[in-house]
Amino acid sequence: MLQLNNIHKTFYPNTPDERRALQNVSQELNSGDFVTIIGSNGAGKSTLLNMLAGSLLPDEGEVWIDGKNVTALPEEKRAKFIGRVFQNPLTGTAPGMTIEENMMISLGRTNRRSVWKGITKKTREQFREHLSTLEIGLENRLNSKVGLLSGGERQALSLLMATFTEPKILLLDEHTAALDPSKESLIINLTKDLVEKQQLTTVMVTHQMDQALELGNRLWMMDEGEIIFEADDENKQDLTVPDLLKEFENVRGKRMASDRALLAK
Amino acid sequence: MIDALYGAIESGLIYAIMALGVYISFRILDFPDLTVDGSFVTGGAVAAVMIVGGSNPLIATLSGALAGMIAGFLTGILHTKGNINPLLAGILMMIALYSINLRIMGQPNIPMLNEVTVFTTLSSWLTGLDNVLIKPFELLGIAAYAPSTFYVLTSMFIIILIVKKLLDFFLRTEAGITLRATGDNQSMVRSFSTNTNLYIVLGMGLSNMLVALSGAMVVQYNGFADVNLGVGMIIIGLASVIIGEVLFGKDKIVRMTLAVVLGSIAYRIIYSLALQIDFLEASDMKLITALIVISALVVPNWLDKNKAKREFKKSKKLALKRQQGKEVQHASVK
Ligand SMILES: Nc1ncnc2c1ncn2[C@@H]1O[C@H](COP(=O)(O)OP(=O)(O)O)[C@@H](O)[C@H]1O
Ligand SMILES: [Mg+2]
Repeated sequence: MLQLNNIHKTFYPNTPDERRALQNVSQELNSGDFVTIIGSNGAGKSTLLNMLAGSLLPDEGEVWIDGKNVTALPEEKRAKFIGRVFQNPLTGTAPGMTIEENMMISLGRTNRRSVWKGITKKTREQFREHLSTLEIGLENRLNSKVGLLSGGERQALSLLMATFTEPKILLLDEHTAALDPSKESLIINLTKDLVEKQQLTTVMVTHQMDQALELGNRLWMMDEGEIIFEADDENKQDLTVPDLLKEFENVRGKRMASDRALLAK
Repeated sequence: MIDALYGAIESGLIYAIMALGVYISFRILDFPDLTVDGSFVTGGAVAAVMIVGGSNPLIATLSGALAGMIAGFLTGILHTKGNINPLLAGILMMIALYSINLRIMGQPNIPMLNEVTVFTTLSSWLTGLDNVLIKPFELLGIAAYAPSTFYVLTSMFIIILIVKKLLDFFLRTEAGITLRATGDNQSMVRSFSTNTNLYIVLGMGLSNMLVALSGAMVVQYNGFADVNLGVGMIIIGLASVIIGEVLFGKDKIVRMTLAVVLGSIAYRIIYSLALQIDFLEASDMKLITALIVISALVVPNWLDKNKAKREFKKSKKLALKRQQGKEVQHASVK
């Protein structure tokens, strides 16, 4: 379904600011897989998601989706089958437009826009139905400006807009990090429901280890542009937060040791 | 005086079409487009040349509008494909159009006094209208306050109604919604696999089409076309939009387009009132227009800041009081 072959990405190569954001990343996801990604700041998690979405091109390596090499396919074209939610709730919605108008925009993924037709009764009913699955009453506020919604409500709407046209892949980049804890659990539950219902192939970056363990069937831990640890199905079920911390310390310790060895030379 | 008022309403209605164009670029697309000063004249130039050459005035007017649309497309392409910043793209187009307009006209000024225009055509369709519309004024005994003729007012009213209705309709279609969303959050629209560059180019075309349509009507109303007719037009458009928003604005699209039309009329009334002042001359109007726009942009900000300052002071005072209260409590406990 989704394949990453030997992906490399370096920012500002051959300068003092050189950053190796991704190094030799090779992975494969099956249809319906839900992988959570954890890792320290600057580990390359967002860069990896940008690779998948096509907002960044790899220096080396290939991205395959559904048996097609999409490495050179621009973001805008790839968006036809990739849904995305970002950390900032302001990114995924248009504040000056109403809820139903925002939903209309997300239909652009699958439909051509008409110059003759506005939002029809039928479409509106469809929107209402989808919105009601969020269970936060947005279905009764179709004509409210999205700018008037709270951060949590906006993020719930972004999530719905990213998923209700059934993309092949869903990318979530710390999409709960900007919310307060009560809203955070709302969005996490919604994510779980939406992904389960549609069996979406999902890649989710999170800064919370418990979330990473609770959701999905796979887990990747990243550091310095590499996937340094991974767990699948059964392995993942038995995993605990202390395990993850230990795993991380382990790799970090090795790194520091080798750095020291290098310095000693 | 009363004639000046009706004159103001007439030109307010004619220039309102231009203001609606400016509303699309500045407000909907968030694209400060200076093409307007040029495309307004382009519309007038094409219409004037065709009318003097004997074309049907309706066809001449529409051709003027189409010419403006092409100019708008080009500005949009300069920005989206050429990566030129919006202000510069507009200025480049405006300068280029100055030469092009002179080429179209062949001379800096085209008189068209006894030509058949949209207005003469419409009034021939509406013959007898004056005799009917004057009746209510006569019945009320205020015939002296009636306009000298209703033809221009009526034709403009009909035209602006059609333009506004069409625009309202378009802005609520799927394409119109996408256009508005592009101005609101472009990267979001793009993330749903939509070619936002296309919408920017289309929107700029639509905007300048309206501007040129207005220019085509103005030359027929004035009875001449002049290559300098467009100087400062963008600021007049902006003034109308801002006055409209401040006085009559509401969230809904239908209300906003109405507000822009009313803002254009209000601007013309302010204009004619200012001209009644002996000290001021017609040439001072550009300065006054600029001052109107500046104050409309600055005053709301300034009010907000003052309010914030006052609230800050208030909260400081409150905090001080609370602290004093606590100290008093402490003292009394001791
Ligand atoms: N657009 C960019 N330009 C330059 N450097 C970047 C860019 N994006 C990310 N980086 C660098 O690449 C590394 C990985 O960043 P990122 O993928 O955002 O990390 P994460 O999301 O895991 O916190 C960091 O060192 C970051 O500074
Ligand atoms: Mg990140």
